[in-house]
Amino acid sequence: MPGPDLLSSQGLRLDGRRPNELRRIRCKMGVFTQPDGSAYLEQGNTKVLAAVYGPHQAAKSKSSTEGVVVNCQYSMATFSTGERKNRPRGDRKSQEMSLHLRQALTAAIKTELYPRSQIDVYVEVLQADGGAYCVCVNAATLALIDAGIPLRAYACACSASMAWHGGQPEPLVDVGHVEEAAGGVVLTVASLPSTENIALLEMSHRLHMDYFDVVLSRAMQGCRDIEVILDKAVREHLAEGWTKEDVVTI
Amino acid sequence: MTGHVSIRLASERVNHSVSSSNVLPRFYTPGEVITGTQDFMRGHGTYAEDDCLKSSVAGVMQKVNKLICIRPLKSRYVGEIGDVVVGRILEVQQRRWKVETNSRLDSVLQLSSVNLPGGELRRRSVEDEQMMRMYLQEGDLISAEVQSLFSDGSLSLHTRSLKYGKLSQGTLVKVFPSLIKRRKNHFHNLLCGVSIIIGNNGFIWISPLMQDLMIEESKDEINNYESQSVSKSDREAMARVKNCILALVASKMMLDDTSIMFAYEESLKYDSVKDLLDPEAMLDIAFLTQHKINNIMDE
Repeated sequence: MPGPDLLSSQGLRLDGRRPNELRRIRCKMGVFTQPDGSAYLEQGNTKVLAAVYGPHQAAKSKSSTEGVVVNCQYSMATFSTGERKNRPRGDRKSQEMSLHLRQALTAAIKTELYPRSQIDVYVEVLQADGGAYCVCVNAATLALIDAGIPLRAYACACSASMAWHGGQPEPLVDVGHVEEAAGGVVLTVASLPSTENIALLEMSHRLHMDYFDVVLSRAMQGCRDIEVILDKAVREHLAEGWTKEDVVTI
Repeated sequence: MTGHVSIRLASERVNHSVSSSNVLPRFYTPGEVITGTQDFMRGHGTYAEDDCLKSSVAGVMQKVNKLICIRPLKSRYVGEIGDVVVGRILEVQQRRWKVETNSRLDSVLQLSSVNLPGGELRRRSVEDEQMMRMYLQEGDLISAEVQSLFSDGSLSLHTRSLKYGKLSQGTLVKVFPSLIKRRKNHFHNLLCGVSIIIGNNGFIWISPLMQDLMIEESKDEINNYESQSVSKSDREAMARVKNCILALVASKMMLDDTSIMFAYEESLKYDSVKDLLDPEAMLDIAFLTQHKINNIMDE
């Protein structure tokens, strides 16, 4: 099953990365003042803004005594893709993404702590260059941490694809738009890397069972790498916002 | 709309950090193991899993004997009995008001826990119930005290003191609740002719000096007060206090009457109030205030 040619003879990908390399991740927490938490994250050329409101009193129709209701809205700016989008939100794809986002975040949030409350997560894709869902999950995690909402662990998402190099299968991590468009299979994983739990798994095409494990483990490795980067960013953000007086000893 | 607009490049942004010490506390992030043993008690911001105590928020550890808590940099307001809060009426219901206090559930103000105009502790009649909207309606701001906590974490408020009640003329500033220092007194009359209520929930109310309004209880007086116009100098002083608070918040400094007053004094060197919104000026004020506070602490 020789797929499209995603690796050069030197073993480099179309954008010059090695198969196990992520795109550059840059992020900033607390970009807005109005929401309880917010974050900006870019992974290569995919750029996402996330804002979190809550936990606050749930609307009566949604209220649940079991735990907090997580309400997500995924939206893509009209200028985010090569071809101008007409509906930034509310179309089938955005609705599906919102549901998936909710699934990943509900797995991470300690929902049982806040009965009758609701957390609203709004993500806006400013530029889509592949892996928009993954970047949204990572940005939403940062925004939740910024809002001080209790999480079990970081929720990270990463995608992986499959290519052939010298007759050997070679999984690719963090798939970009060009590689997505080339038609290979894309496996998207949202997980809590520190607990090794998988919150969401999605595959775009069919993939032979024999190769599934290598692709999955490469995606999981990507999640772990992303967690390290996010953790570093969170610590830097904390260090910035800390003044001497804040350290209260009882 | 015309006016002076300045938009800066991201690279020219001012770093608002005024931290003087290089020593940083140990930070914990979600999912990180705090301790492996079961000798400790699980407090806020932590959870137990696989025989380990893990952190669930990003922040610093606070330890009281065996109780371990992790306190995040910012979060929603967590109420404690006796806190002074400023809130906004959301809804008028049967014998109670719903109040928004930046808490994670709406707070409740019972009709039985307010001082009705006319004074004295008298029975609440059906008439009072019908008059509720006359007294406080949706959108009104109040200052109140936390009377008790319900089991689900929502707050019950009371205004049974002359210092609490409806707020009429002034400005509301919203900040993170974690920036408010707990003090004995949260009502301050600043020397600059402005009175402020520093709500524990992060809502700060700035108003012109209330002379003896609260003492006189008759309803006419309050109505009079509402329609009184505030002089320009008072307005400027209020705006200045507000901008000073914003400057301190941008640098994440703790707020109490001293820090606000220091910032106000430092701000006087800027003639125009709107100059205080300039990022450099904000940093300058925050830095000088921090310096002044450090001096006092050292003495």
